[in-house]
Amino acid sequence: MLNVGRIEKGFVLDHIPAGKSMSIYHHLQLDKLDCTVAMIMNAKSNKMGAKDLLKVECDLENINLDVLAVIDHNITVNVIKDGEIVEKKELILPKEVKNVFKCKNPRCITSIEQELPHIFVLSDGNKQVYRCKYCEEKFDARSFF
Amino acid sequence: MRHLITPLDFTVEELEKLFDLANDIENNKAKYAHACDGKILATCFYEPSTRTRLSFESAMLQLGGHVLGFSDAGSSSAAKGESVSDTIRMISAYTDICAMRHPKEGSAMVASQAASIPVINAGDGGHQHPTQTLTDLLTIRSLKGRLNNFTIGLCGDLKFGRTVHSLIKALTRYDNIKFVFVSPEELKVPDYIIEILKEKNIPFEEVIRLEDVMPTLDLLYMTRVQRERFFNEEDYIRLKDFYVLDKAKMTLAKDDMLVLHPLPRVNEISVEIDQDPRAAYFRQGQYGVYVRMALILTLLELV
Repeated sequence: MLNVGRIEKGFVLDHIPAGKSMSIYHHLQLDKLDCTVAMIMNAKSNKMGAKDLLKVECDLENINLDVLAVIDHNITVNVIKDGEIVEKKELILPKEVKNVFKCKNPRCITSIEQELPHIFVLSDGNKQVYRCKYCEEKFDARSFF
Repeated sequence: MRHLITPLDFTVEELEKLFDLANDIENNKAKYAHACDGKILATCFYEPSTRTRLSFESAMLQLGGHVLGFSDAGSSSAAKGESVSDTIRMISAYTDICAMRHPKEGSAMVASQAASIPVINAGDGGHQHPTQTLTDLLTIRSLKGRLNNFTIGLCGDLKFGRTVHSLIKALTRYDNIKFVFVSPEELKVPDYIIEILKEKNIPFEEVIRLEDVMPTLDLLYMTRVQRERFFNEEDYIRLKDFYVLDKAKMTLAKDDMLVLHPLPRVNEISVEIDQDPRAAYFRQGQYGVYVRMALILTLLELV
């Protein structure tokens, strides 16, 4: 059994589908934060069979929870203070996301107006389908991550 | 301040008022001849257009206003790389209202966010063309007397045809409409439109042969396969003459079926049916001017 020490202050992302933690690490841009990150992959889980975990020693406000919700809103976010879980955050699929993914429609106005934010609006919560605010191009969040 | 970016920007009730106004303009032109005295319409056309631009200009001139603008991107500052947002900020300083056509989808929405004058989407790429939709709805309402209880066939390029997308969205708000989509496999209605119809439980069918469905239609909306929407010339050549509406097909249609077309047509409607009383596409062009007059007056809050 591999042991990873507990963190004093920060957050733990639990119930990450096995193999997805590296992708989440990059999408949350954890590599750009000055903090310790422990990545546990393929841990045994009663609920999921196998899962990944991320332990991050920094304030939760440093990360974009919308990005995490789009990746997988079933991930558990445990906020840690003095080594204890003080809060469990529920992830809600955001109605609108800004600059999380780019519109790939070559006919979209975002393809030529560089300063425009790439905004996607949730069009089907069950299927996690977003559409570009400008051209309505479909974006399937589940297949992207 | 209001804009018109998508055909759903106006409620059904607001559209009724707009169409009543358009019909009043049709019957009392002199009453509105000076309604826009001193006002200026900008026509910013980054893409070639004949009838949309001229119908806007005709509408404003018939209301007593003035018009300025450009008719291709090469003669605008876009050729120097200026953004749509910056262009519309300047246009806002020169004019009172702007009609804009741009090849990129969502461009009119971007313009409306930066503008301090009403913006009318006169076509944004293959996406939306709401004033054509207003024209189509006014034509149907004026010639059929209603905007509900009919089966409409839409034929041709249903993938890139923005007039089709806008019209379908607009008609989903009326009761008892059935859609029949007639197109080759490559030019089918996009899935987001199908999603909307399924969500609202609106009946539709997709077929390839026009002849099979002609007898069931109350309205037939023909479209042109547009060369400018294709990246591949070979695909365009293969699909451009897939449908031709001729006398033989018209014999299968109901006596009171109307044929609509946003124009320009190329080969998809044979000239031999232009004299058929069911051919409504040229009358549709006239209604396009009345509805744009009503729209300008409404957005400028002059009624």
